[in-house]
Amino acid sequence: MFDVEKIRADFPILKREIYGKPLVYFDNGATSQRPARVIAKMDDYYLNWNANVHRGVHYLSNVCTDGNEEARRTVRDFIGAASEKEIIFTRGTTESINLVAYSFGERFIGKGDEILVTEMEHHADIVPWQMLCERKGAVLKVLPFTDEGVLNLEALDRLLTNRVKLVGVVHASNVLGTVNPVREIIEKAHAAGAKVLVDAAQSIAHTEIDVQALDCDFLAFSGHKIYGPTGVGVLYGKEALLEEIPPWQGGGEMIREVRFEKTTYNDLPFKFEAGTPDFIGIIGLGEALKYVGGIGLKAIGAYEGELLKYATGRLLEIPDFRIFGTAPEKSALISFQVGTIHPLDLGTLLDRMGIAIRTGQLCAEPIMQHYGVHGMARASFAMYNTREEIDIFCEAIRKTGALFEGGKA
Amino acid sequence: MTIQEKEREIIEEFAVFDDWMDKYAYLIELGTALPPLEEQYKTDENLIKGCQSRVWFHAELKEGRLWFSADSDAIITKGIAALLIRVFSGEKPPDIAAADLKFIDEIGLSQHLSPTRSNGLLSMVKQIKLYAIAFAAGS
Repeated sequence: MFDVEKIRADFPILKREIYGKPLVYFDNGATSQRPARVIAKMDDYYLNWNANVHRGVHYLSNVCTDGNEEARRTVRDFIGAASEKEIIFTRGTTESINLVAYSFGERFIGKGDEILVTEMEHHADIVPWQMLCERKGAVLKVLPFTDEGVLNLEALDRLLTNRVKLVGVVHASNVLGTVNPVREIIEKAHAAGAKVLVDAAQSIAHTEIDVQALDCDFLAFSGHKIYGPTGVGVLYGKEALLEEIPPWQGGGEMIREVRFEKTTYNDLPFKFEAGTPDFIGIIGLGEALKYVGGIGLKAIGAYEGELLKYATGRLLEIPDFRIFGTAPEKSALISFQVGTIHPLDLGTLLDRMGIAIRTGQLCAEPIMQHYGVHGMARASFAMYNTREEIDIFCEAIRKTGALFEGGKA
Repeated sequence: MTIQEKEREIIEEFAVFDDWMDKYAYLIELGTALPPLEEQYKTDENLIKGCQSRVWFHAELKEGRLWFSADSDAIITKGIAALLIRVFSGEKPPDIAAADLKFIDEIGLSQHLSPTRSNGLLSMVKQIKLYAIAFAAGS
């Protein structure tokens, strides 16, 4: 039984006030909050167990190493990977994608090859590929979306030529909320001989993911968007593919033998984890995934779906309220504009009423260009948000609207 | 009036508002009342970097004094720009370059001053000072 009040009680920050008003946190798409047990777990390791991993013969080092590797198995099970060798810890989604752009790019991308991304990608799933294209003389192609915010799958068939070596696709758009049919895209891409990277940054906390059922070649997500710590993320990659591509960063931990003449590299997953990892962050991420798993992503998804439906209905009652992204399959976030009010003005005033939303180009300038706007406001929900908060939000938007109408022209 | 005197005047005006909403309503009023910048001045050169909204500042030197005009697509930002214009327009470049602004803190807008703030008040002040330094060197 999903009990939102019980969940809220797990997140100490939700009790605080901003400018004397109860915090309404609707910026979960940027980062979620952490439950007390994640913070406590990390505190415990810092206070009682801290020592570097994979090196020490001593007790504390072994405890941290075990914690780090247990977290890896937790991630493996959470996304349904076949082996923990397929779980690489990174700093976040962005670093995960950069790793693939480098390592996969080194091994498989040559002059004239193509990389296909969608028009609704976050900058983190555009720029690394552009940099790769520049290095290798490859070409970046773009799969467009409709004004509703749905990918044009007919164009996909046309764009998937035999020159396409990799497709980068966002699972859930951070602006439009669209949940893309990644399974179908992966199938088509594979049939055309291309590998697929799924950017799961915005979907990991909201929907169940099974990488083997999806059959994706790579999948990336961040810890801090799923109630875990900042600075830790995951790259999933199929084992055989990870074996085949070269390491990215060099340094400690990723080596087997170092000679000035030639160095050999460590086995998976350590081959891609140079330097001391943020092992306490990794342990915190493991704790966050256990917490989410305990509640269940099915229940979370169902609750958030209801929240989205309620918010959409209530917000559309506001005059001149425009929603960007109305795909039938949608994650719990709403990007919008209200009349001619600039998103920045709106965000500034909502902030004074204790409401945290995101404004601006949302790290997705191509989407702004698609709609011919310079920015949007975005409310993104998490499992701890409530209908009451949405009511407060709607009321605050009405108040803001009145303030602008009151301004003497 | 000197820069300091104009600042004091603004501080007194804002002192009558005890509610934050009234302050913002006033900024919105100032923003709405600021005459739009002529299109020819809405150039990339006059566009201030580091703002989430688009803000243009144009400066002109007349008889040793600098005159500013500005525009933004965000009204609160435009209201803040109107206050900056009021404080700095008609002043001599060296005075502008040397000014140490107090009023932003005093009227409770200091939250807009942090360099990471997206509405770019700091970038606006920096741009005004850059104009002043450039004109001071040129004259």
